[in-house]
Amino acid sequence: MKMSYRDAVREGLREALIADPGVLLIGIDIGKYGGTYAVTRGLLDEFGPERIRDAPLSESAFVGAGIGAAINGLRPIVEIMTVNFSLLALDQIVNSAATLRHMSGGQIEVPLVIRMATGAGRQLAAQHSHSFENWFAHVPGLRVVAPATVADARGMLATALRERDPVIIFEHVQLYGIEDDIEPAPVALDGAAIRRAGNDATIITYGGSLPRALAAADTLAAENIAAEVIDLRSLRPLDVDTLVASVTRTHRAVIVDEGWRTGSLAGEIAAQLGERAFWELDAPIGRVCTAEVPIPYAKHLELAALPSVEAIVAAVKEACHA
Amino acid sequence: MTREQILAMLRSMVRVRRFEERCAEDYVAAKIRGFLHLYIGQEAVAAGVIPALGPADSIVASYREHGHALLRGIPAAAIMAEMYGKASGCSGGRGGSMHLFSREHRFFGGHAIVGGGLPVAIGIALADKLRGTRAVTCVFFGEGAAAEGEFHETLNIASLWRLPVLFVCENNAYAMGTALVRSEAEPAIHKKAAAHRIGSESVDGMDVVAVSEAATQAVERVRETGAPWFLECMTYRFRAHSMFDPELYRDKAEVEAWRAHDPITTFIKRMTVTADELAVIEREAAAEITQACAFADAAPLEPVEDLLRHVRAP
Amino acid sequence: MREIRMPSLGADMDAGTLLEWKVAVGDKVARGDIVGLVETEKATMELESFADGIVDALLVELGAKVPVGTVLARLRDAGEAAIEAPVIAPAPPPPPIPVPVPRAPAPPPPALVRSSPAARKRARELGVSLTGVAGTGPHGAIVLRDVVPPAPRAAPPPVRTPTSMRQAIALAMSRSKREIPHFYLAHTISMKHALAWLTEANSTRTIQHRILPGALLLRAVAVALRDFPELNGFYIDDEFRPSEEVHLATAISLRTGGLIAPAILDADEKPIDQLMAELQDLVVRARGGHLKSSELTTATITVTSLGDRGCETVFPVIAPPQVAIVGFGAVLERPWVEGAAVVPHPTVVATLAADHRVCDGHRGGLFLATLDHLLQEPAKL
Repeated sequence: MKMSYRDAVREGLREALIADPGVLLIGIDIGKYGGTYAVTRGLLDEFGPERIRDAPLSESAFVGAGIGAAINGLRPIVEIMTVNFSLLALDQIVNSAATLRHMSGGQIEVPLVIRMATGAGRQLAAQHSHSFENWFAHVPGLRVVAPATVADARGMLATALRERDPVIIFEHVQLYGIEDDIEPAPVALDGAAIRRAGNDATIITYGGSLPRALAAADTLAAENIAAEVIDLRSLRPLDVDTLVASVTRTHRAVIVDEGWRTGSLAGEIAAQLGERAFWELDAPIGRVCTAEVPIPYAKHLELAALPSVEAIVAAVKEACHA
Repeated sequence: MTREQILAMLRSMVRVRRFEERCAEDYVAAKIRGFLHLYIGQEAVAAGVIPALGPADSIVASYREHGHALLRGIPAAAIMAEMYGKASGCSGGRGGSMHLFSREHRFFGGHAIVGGGLPVAIGIALADKLRGTRAVTCVFFGEGAAAEGEFHETLNIASLWRLPVLFVCENNAYAMGTALVRSEAEPAIHKKAAAHRIGSESVDGMDVVAVSEAATQAVERVRETGAPWFLECMTYRFRAHSMFDPELYRDKAEVEAWRAHDPITTFIKRMTVTADELAVIEREAAAEITQACAFADAAPLEPVEDLLRHVRAP
Repeated sequence: MREIRMPSLGADMDAGTLLEWKVAVGDKVARGDIVGLVETEKATMELESFADGIVDALLVELGAKVPVGTVLARLRDAGEAAIEAPVIAPAPPPPPIPVPVPRAPAPPPPALVRSSPAARKRARELGVSLTGVAGTGPHGAIVLRDVVPPAPRAAPPPVRTPTSMRQAIALAMSRSKREIPHFYLAHTISMKHALAWLTEANSTRTIQHRILPGALLLRAVAVALRDFPELNGFYIDDEFRPSEEVHLATAISLRTGGLIAPAILDADEKPIDQLMAELQDLVVRARGGHLKSSELTTATITVTSLGDRGCETVFPVIAPPQVAIVGFGAVLERPWVEGAAVVPHPTVVATLAADHRVCDGHRGGLFLATLDHLLQEPAKL
């Protein structure tokens, strides 16, 4: 079936709402507005206002409400409009959702799914262009995933709803429009996927950077460099085994991450590869990240700040000592 | 009120008072570590509210919650073991003084972020509403929480979505060292609830009978109407915010003045509790605490190998 | 007796300083009373008594900084006796911390050969050194593509692995030369009569049953040995064990290289035809690899003939544990003194190598003379 990423997410939500009466959606403008990214369009009409709950602009309270409802037997899916607004709910996510199981000695479960749009590239400027996947991937007690394909967007939600711990799903804003022909099916939350095989270098990425990594691999192939492109899919836990196996073959790694370079998830991955694949490396591990600047509004500046296909190609060539 | 009920109320307050005093002693002897926030002086609030709740109702509390946990039915031994950090504690030794939990008693913590339990409470209530359980969620918090944005967000949603929550604000006039009059333009907290169109009242938190009456009615009202209610209890803590607080922010004279309103001594006087009746209660409380401490002393520590038990591997 | 100790007032408090006593020895104290003031790094805190009693002793002086848990005062119940106890004085001020002397900066390390981990690993696997390898990576670092397998050297000459037969021969011959003191005797024997007899004998035999000169020589040796037991037997464990039977081994060269010496058992008792037949059979079986083990292990003496190689004289090596070996060269026409004339005779040089531990030249010489005699009367063999 041909569908867009956006449609895939919507279908996943519909399927969940139909399958389990305990599922409800909470978020800003998900009902009457149909969702900022049109993901939830039509759901209010189909499932009604008790289950498709428009919330006031109170991220902390409605994320906390999601936590409480999950504790007390429902299966809420909370939508935080974008990761930019998740900062207002960080206390509830980190100090309640991530910690309640542990602080209660295992008694209290928080089976909550939080969906957030993330990423830059639409000239939305500094406060609306963040990539904070690494902040959440830093916290024990959370599962963090970043579906980068239509199939994963369609299939990860069902699996997330079977988890007994909070799962945060990051949907990159530039992926909502991509299309693909898929067979809708639940997919594993864990495990990285090799999206393109190659033996000369390993490109590791996630989310909205995947299309750019694949485009870079095309360019490199024309210059006889066969890059392997790995989509992390799960950011916490990380599937380091797959990365190590690839680097053992290719001897070089370049990580593409839309977060700022300093303190990035790419840094964590580079450290893990340094620990586990040191002897296989023929070159320093490369990182292609966002420049150390709040995202600018002007298009050419924004493009210069974000990881580009050219930058990925250059990084891979450098790793190949070409 | 029957004599039984009167003595039951007194027993509740005395148990909490003696338990808290023992905690202070054990903390100073380094058997309890971290932060310790004592409820001494505020006993009438928990003793008045919690008996009004049923077993299907839920409680969310703050970090000053030992008394609430005890009166909800969590065994003193389990609470003390938790304080000592033992595996037999009600949170497995993982939480400590500020994070007492018991799923069995529907006691959902134990929250250390001021106001942090409020959003969780409305979520619990939302689930009860949608599942049609007619249960009430009772959330305890201090007046300091009224300064946090979450307080207003929570009241707003509780009112907007008509959630069965009883908000119990224990106004002890100080948020750690910040006096209420210095931090709130409108110090009458219950008026803030009214601003969110939530029914509210203020009671004398040192009078266990007044609290009990107000709470009993409030719980019934919330259960029947499904709408939230806000109960502000004016109370006072006789000890510092925590064990390591030199109390530079308040006068000793003020503390002494409030001691005249000690909920226990005033109740004993008002109800003409006899020395014998009191002696029985004190003896039982002392025995309960001795047993709890013995249990906690003997309880094992969780093996270090189990460190990562409650989280998935990264 | 109850104790009042320096309280723990926080996770980061290790010690406190006693600032003030609010009670004196002999004062009555009730549970909850404040008995003193304690200063910590963060604040001044009240010291609380958790018991009732009478102040029995104040054990720490004002200004003393003591660890959490230190007993500060004692309370006794009314009626308990007082106890004398030493008072803890304030600790002397700590000595001043010496200012560290700045160290001279360490000399810069020698220049490193930079190489990537993968390059180093590959080099280890190939057994090549990175020294002198030109690196094509950043800053001249040696990278994977710079590490190549070593150029194959000129192939060393092929080593001929000795066959096990060769090894066996080598072992046996080495031992023989090591252990057996050989002496050698040679004697030229006229074969005129022997060959004449053979020609006549063979005229009445079919080709299959023809007797070859070699068989005649073997027969002669076997018969001669009857009188020379010191040449027929085994030298084992420092002693000679003569054999009653004569098992005559004959050296047979193998087409695959090497030789083998299977024995004809009881050769002295077998008439010449039988000897011939067995000899032929042995040769076939030896070359086909079908010898019996008894044939290989029981020889009491060996005869080796290199006549068909054209060699005149053999100087053979005794096969231990035997004590003698007889060699025959080629049958050649040589000048022979007959009466007063010199005429050509077919002759063969017979040699005897014998173990001097067992036999002397005198006896060896007699053996060869006997051999000669026997071959002059071939009809009797």
